[in-house]
Amino acid sequence: MRTLYDKLWDSHLVREEAGGMALMYVDRHLIHEVTSPQAYEGLRLAGRTPWRTESIVATADHNTPTTHWDEGIRDPISRTQVEALDENIGRYGAKAYFPFRDRRQGIVHVIGPENGATLPGMTVVCGDSHTSTHGAFAALAFGIGTSEVEHVLATQCLITRKAKSMLIRVDGRLAPGVTAKDLVLAIIGRIGTAGGTGHAIEFGGEAIRALSMEGRMTVCNMAIEAGARAGMIAFDDTTRAYLEGRRYAPKGDTWDRAVAYWRTLVSDAGAAFDTTHVIDASTVAPQVTWGTSPEMVAPIDARVPDPDRERDAARREGMARALEYMGLEPNVPIADIRIDKVFIGSCTNSRIEDLREAANVVRGRRVAANVRLAMVVPGSGLVKAQAEAEGLDRTFRDAGFEWREPGCSMCLAMNDDRLEPGERCASTSNRNFEGRQGAGGRTHLVSPAMAAAAALTGHFVDVRRLS
Amino acid sequence: MQPFRVHSGIVAPLDRANVDTDAIIPKQFLKSIRRSGFGPNLFDAWRYTDPGEPGQDPASRHPNPEFVLNQPRYRDASILIARRNFGCGSSREHAPWALADYGFRALIAPSYADIFFNNCFKNGLLPIVLPESAVDRLFADVAAFPGYTLTIDLPAQAVRSADGAVAFPFDVEPFRKECLLNGWDDIGLTLRHADEIRTFEARHLAEQPWL
Repeated sequence: MRTLYDKLWDSHLVREEAGGMALMYVDRHLIHEVTSPQAYEGLRLAGRTPWRTESIVATADHNTPTTHWDEGIRDPISRTQVEALDENIGRYGAKAYFPFRDRRQGIVHVIGPENGATLPGMTVVCGDSHTSTHGAFAALAFGIGTSEVEHVLATQCLITRKAKSMLIRVDGRLAPGVTAKDLVLAIIGRIGTAGGTGHAIEFGGEAIRALSMEGRMTVCNMAIEAGARAGMIAFDDTTRAYLEGRRYAPKGDTWDRAVAYWRTLVSDAGAAFDTTHVIDASTVAPQVTWGTSPEMVAPIDARVPDPDRERDAARREGMARALEYMGLEPNVPIADIRIDKVFIGSCTNSRIEDLREAANVVRGRRVAANVRLAMVVPGSGLVKAQAEAEGLDRTFRDAGFEWREPGCSMCLAMNDDRLEPGERCASTSNRNFEGRQGAGGRTHLVSPAMAAAAALTGHFVDVRRLS
Repeated sequence: MQPFRVHSGIVAPLDRANVDTDAIIPKQFLKSIRRSGFGPNLFDAWRYTDPGEPGQDPASRHPNPEFVLNQPRYRDASILIARRNFGCGSSREHAPWALADYGFRALIAPSYADIFFNNCFKNGLLPIVLPESAVDRLFADVAAFPGYTLTIDLPAQAVRSADGAVAFPFDVEPFRKECLLNGWDDIGLTLRHADEIRTFEARHLAEQPWL
């Protein structure tokens, strides 16, 4: 009896070394401009060439602007990095490249799945920690460093060691108005940001089965915020339905053969996990982070915690430091926290379903006067086009949101989209670290529906109470 | 890669848990297409009071006197001790590049995030895991004795203080230890198995032609 992780591991094991290290074959190598230039340079200096360019899917996303595309990339350092990617892909080749301004360009973790370039049973790597996203397709997907990017380019393999296995089983159903983002934030709140360290997490149970692929991607995306390099979800009809007909998905007889194989990509009944956590979905409320780590999270109806009530000295100090950075007093109701900016986007929450969820809250209303900027950044050109076909852009614009071009944008603020010191943001991204969205910026992680609701009221509010 | 065998150096204490790679090297410095030059911006937002941007002259910056690495007694530190889950968050290898470029050769903490931990070994930077109690002892000793140094003996897998009062053994994977001791390039090692990779690949792609 094997877990899904065991099956994915076994089917990519090239050789085992003494002491538990192993050589693992890589099927899909996703590449973006920030973590690849040094890898290509290393390859070049060593006189090597990529092993299998057919495995590579590349795009520019981190540095690209979200406005004025006609003017190109104005920041010369960002432009150099994006041009380096153009040059490297031009020189060595790839299965697919979606450069800046291509209609299929977008966040690497959005475009892989939407083009059918992420498939079940694959090993997927990228020089980006949120590669765990692709595990939603019953793939073994995880982030790697730039030296490993070079290693995969040169050898099509990674030297790695098998992780421990963890099952997070989510029983029951999420309440209406509670989303995949709330669920994964609640999970991180429960197990902590190091709870999954050294593990590959499989998310299972009724509530996970009930999620769309977009929701599953949101959950797996944030496995890394629980410390796990990889998160994954078993294959089922939802996976199949999402992939059928996508650009790089198999067709005809090959599709049928593939689906037959993919059906085996589930944990066998009775397979043993090293660790199991059980969560009752019905107890999960909309979540808002209050601190500078994703584990510093609370339900919307709670209050900012009081460090004085924390018994562990290290945790108490961490909480106090976080509250000072965030400019928050203990015991203040979360719903009383007023915001300056709203960001709907990122590899966590920029897919079509996320935008629909936010638009449904926004429709017919206006952004509150105290909100300086509310922006929607679609995850890709295809998501943007789909949203516009559905009229979501009008819904957002009519309410006072800015409707931007796709990219990573203010999730990590490498382009011009950022918080100013002291600004407070309701953000659908994945990290609330100090300075993540701009030096001195204060990030509260929420779902797209909760971000939309906060934009309309100017403070956090339970989206279920907005009628 | 620079080999690592035995290293003695001054210890700096960074008394925080969950130090993330955004804090180690902020995003504006990730635009570089080089592997070197990140040291002046290590812990930039904590280390300086003025905003950091790429291309600044380090001499023009305003060091934050409160930050541990700016205190004279830790200025030449090459060993950093920190609390649990060091290096969490982004996979950016710029974090170990910045630590190594600054002059750190080894880190000591109760735990690390997986990707960061892996990235360190590729850059001759040794991340040592010691139990919480041992790390507590090191924080206490570092605070008590200015100029406190440790010796890290990789062949013997031990951390020792100069006076011999402290001696902690540590674990390291044999493969990673060999690579560090010899300064080996992983890619060269893997390519010795190129035939095995080709054989695997041919079978794998025949079984799953959609890959």
